[in-house]
Amino acid sequence: MATATKSLKKQGSDLAQSNRQLEILSNGIFKSGELPTFKDKISETSQFPLKAKKLEILQINVGYMCNQVCDHCHVDAGPDRKEIMTRDTMRQCLEVIKNSGAHTLDLTGGAPEMNPDFRWFVEEAAKAGIKDFIVRSNLTIIRANKKYYDLPEFFKKHNVHVVSSMPHWTRGKTDKQRGDGVFDKSIKALQELNAVGYGMPGSDLKLDLVYNPSGAFLPGDQAAMEKDFKKALMEDFGIEFHNLFAITNLPIARFLDYLIASENYEDYMYSLVEAYNPAAVENVMCTNTISISWDGYLFDCDFNQMLELPVNSKSRHISEFNEELLEGRNIVISQHCYGCTAGAGSSCQGVVA
Amino acid sequence: MSKPYYDAADLRKFGKITEWSEELGTKFFDYYGKVFEEGALTAREKSLIALAVAHTEQCPYCIDAYTKDTLQRGITKEQMMEAIHVGAAIKSGATLVHGVQMMNKVNKLDG
Repeated sequence: MATATKSLKKQGSDLAQSNRQLEILSNGIFKSGELPTFKDKISETSQFPLKAKKLEILQINVGYMCNQVCDHCHVDAGPDRKEIMTRDTMRQCLEVIKNSGAHTLDLTGGAPEMNPDFRWFVEEAAKAGIKDFIVRSNLTIIRANKKYYDLPEFFKKHNVHVVSSMPHWTRGKTDKQRGDGVFDKSIKALQELNAVGYGMPGSDLKLDLVYNPSGAFLPGDQAAMEKDFKKALMEDFGIEFHNLFAITNLPIARFLDYLIASENYEDYMYSLVEAYNPAAVENVMCTNTISISWDGYLFDCDFNQMLELPVNSKSRHISEFNEELLEGRNIVISQHCYGCTAGAGSSCQGVVA
Repeated sequence: MSKPYYDAADLRKFGKITEWSEELGTKFFDYYGKVFEEGALTAREKSLIALAVAHTEQCPYCIDAYTKDTLQRGITKEQMMEAIHVGAAIKSGATLVHGVQMMNKVNKLDG
């Protein structure tokens, strides 16, 4: 993959339009019947319609702005994206966090730290005493500017669980996907997180890494990958971390653009369909998660958010959040959902089956 | 242009060989699957062996399949190329070691 410098949106690409992406995912090999649609596939095992269970995870996307422009990014994030959650919407989220039965709060982006109200939001959200408070940090943000240097201490103060992307333990593979210099900055950031206690054996300061493949192939066995990452990062850089989550790249946004441009789209969809695992459908993350967009709308997952597929419920915005109404809703699906049901499955918390 | 003998999309149809001989096809795929399970060798080691053999056998389908498989297992391109060199060394060694047979024959005929 080559590293882009602008988002698809800024480039004015056709694929920045969610309806264009959905059209591609519904036509071609799926329309001709060469491959079964996701709906047909889950119907084979009587798993259609996919229903939401009890809410466990609130995932809030505080904005699409990011200091990086990663090739695989499903958000199409980058420095040129201006969609940012306002403090008013954050206040509405805080009300929901306080009253919700969810045990996990998961802040994502973009680089969530670039939202000007990020620290205020973390401080306020931490007071709600939610069991697991995750911030998805891309690591390089910690080294991007002096104003972010104290983030490891800030995270520690609020007992934030840090989950960070790290595509490979080698410089070449990491920089290819995420941009030149990303590997060195990520290593430095991990060492700084370790220095304040994050990721150390037995430490309550949780530091997990996310691996996702650097090209048109699926992730390998999560446990084996974790072993390799731990060995290499310890031997080469003295870095410790807790768990590795292996996440499959979903065929949307920039990854879809890459698949099409590199003529890998059909093969990749075949790989996903061939690796389909009905057991993964049982625990797929949309069944226990609500994803909230920067402007307060509700989605089944962050991917549906990017495809602008809102929840199938009367409760569609954070201002009218109703946990009872949302439970049992039919999950909105398309062919990108195969990305979460391949092999051992894939979610923001890694494998699910 | 005439259709080439090898079509990358044919690899997707490999499973269909069972349709014309169900018992043998099924036995083959059961065996194949079992061979690649984690055993005394790791699945990763087996994948690298398969990649090397794919090259010595010059099977384009196997090269596509095991290049992807090794990438999925996080194996680096340097490791992949080294594995292929192992295959190439054995292949060339196997050719050259027959030189001893030639030498024996020369010595017998013209020694």
